[in-house]
Amino acid sequence: MLKVNDLSVSFRTEQGIVRAVEGVSFEVAEGELLGVVGESGSGKTVSLLAVMGLIVDPNATVTGSITYRGRELVGLPAKEMRKLRGREIAMIFQDPMTALTPVYAIGWQIAEQILAHERVSKAAAWQRAVDLLAEVNIPNPAEAVHRYPHQLSGGMRQRVVIAMALSCNPALLVADEPTTALDVTVQAQILDLVAKLRRNHGSAIVFITHDMGVMAEIADRMMVMYAGREVERGTKQELFLSPRHPYTQALLDSIPPLKGPRPRRLRTIPGAPPNLLNRPPGCAFAPRCPHRFEKCSAVPELTGGARAAACFRTVPA
Amino acid sequence: MIFALLRRFGQMIFVMFGISVLVFLIFFATPGADPAARIAGRNASPEILEAVRKSFGFDQPIYVQYLTMMKKIFITGDLTSFVNRGWKVVPAVLDTVPVTLSLVIGAAVLWVVFGLLIGVAAAAARGTWLDKLLMVLGLIGISMPVYWLGEVMNLVSQSRYHDTWMFSWVPPLGYKTFSTDPKGWFLTLVIPWITLSILYIGLYGRVLRAAIIESLQEDYIRTARAKGLSETRILLRHALRTSLISFATLFGLDFGALVGGSALLTEVVFGLQGVGKLTYDALLNLDLPIIMATVMYASFFVVMANALVDIVYILLDPRVRTG
Repeated sequence: MLKVNDLSVSFRTEQGIVRAVEGVSFEVAEGELLGVVGESGSGKTVSLLAVMGLIVDPNATVTGSITYRGRELVGLPAKEMRKLRGREIAMIFQDPMTALTPVYAIGWQIAEQILAHERVSKAAAWQRAVDLLAEVNIPNPAEAVHRYPHQLSGGMRQRVVIAMALSCNPALLVADEPTTALDVTVQAQILDLVAKLRRNHGSAIVFITHDMGVMAEIADRMMVMYAGREVERGTKQELFLSPRHPYTQALLDSIPPLKGPRPRRLRTIPGAPPNLLNRPPGCAFAPRCPHRFEKCSAVPELTGGARAAACFRTVPA
Repeated sequence: MIFALLRRFGQMIFVMFGISVLVFLIFFATPGADPAARIAGRNASPEILEAVRKSFGFDQPIYVQYLTMMKKIFITGDLTSFVNRGWKVVPAVLDTVPVTLSLVIGAAVLWVVFGLLIGVAAAAARGTWLDKLLMVLGLIGISMPVYWLGEVMNLVSQSRYHDTWMFSWVPPLGYKTFSTDPKGWFLTLVIPWITLSILYIGLYGRVLRAAIIESLQEDYIRTARAKGLSETRILLRHALRTSLISFATLFGLDFGALVGGSALLTEVVFGLQGVGKLTYDALLNLDLPIIMATVMYASFFVVMANALVDIVYILLDPRVRTG
């Protein structure tokens, strides 16, 4: 349903051009959950904001192609994009503490979205807000719709944001690290909720995270990003059991093992991601890679279909 | 919410009491100065001095003096100015109140309306020539001193171009009461309103633009965009709505100060007998009873305006309703 082809996003800054996303391509099928993994600054959020048409910075340039159910979204007039946003494609954000407008009751904010897309009465929209709050397990929803964001905890606010995202039954849901800002028990509740809603609504989900543990739990397919490029893709099983890119391998190595002797220190990846302002030539991961060799001074292509890795070690010569 | 309002009201009473004590002490308990001599004025005869001492209770303990003063201002209203030979102070202050209120409220309406329009328009057009133009105009408005602008307005509308179609409607300087001559009231005040409000239009337009642009960076604006709302709705219902909180704060401070006498320059330029003018004249004559009364009056309005702002705050921002 969603096809992204050769998407690039760059920002003009005073220091020069920052290429936040370079040549990323991926697909999401109906009802599928695609996990996007990568550390901070790897371009995962920016590429999905581009899908939402939410890159409003006048210094940003978005190129490539994003097709949603056959419609090209890059260059779509703002008014057309607005009709899709919130109705067909919805988004959940990272920090629920700041994602809601502080001066309106949460029911008002949910109803506002419904009223923006559907011709229903205010009372009907309000009633639907109550039902949605019940669906995301907010206790006493009829009373909770009148509450203001500051009266709710982070976990509750994230449920409200999720209820809002689901209000128009979107076919595609983009979740940008929805559990990162929450504590662990609340994280688990939110993940359960996402899984339940996926069963009930059948929406396809793009789930952005840097937490491999979360991925292991919910993803169907995964995509790993590093320094604005996609470095590996495949099913969850393929990536976890036989990672082909050294970066994916390193990410998996940094998860503490559940069985066997506990290592004295957790494995880490030496060094830091490259500065996107002046990216070194060749493979972006090479300076931190234990397996680098002569060929790594060129940029590895991500070739192949559903299972691929951008690494010279694994790409068939 | 009722509780929050009541508590705010109680605080207001307390602050006013504090101000009255402080002002009283400054004027009547400053060491080395005889308040009776100051109230009686320069070159007062010993009989008048004696009368002042008796009437204000200066032979009694200080708290009795304070209570006598408050009684004279608020209950009997028979505070008398000796410098101005038996002028009743309270009616004099009350006469000037409608003048100042008419001037300041009218100007406030203008500056809120135009401040909002300019701030929203500039924020909506941020980065374009319209934004830059509005901000330069705002800066010019802020930079023009009100006494200069007022004199220029007078020069243009009262003498130089008074006989042209543009300004022939402008009545001579002075104040007309609203109840007897509403049309005259309005016409005499139009030019003072504009003069007084221009500074604040510029100031509020610029402040509001900055506040809106700051709100537009907030996460909840991204959420609003993700909901598929129109840019107009995002600007007005989300960015502007949250920016109004700081706008209201600023308004309360400025409005209170102006009603309390800061509109003096405008009042002088346009020959309006307002509170500022009265205080100014009293200061020139060292007319202590009038100063005492106008300071009490001014502080009353500043405190009132602040309490009103806090109430508006409670309406605007749900976060302050509880707690």
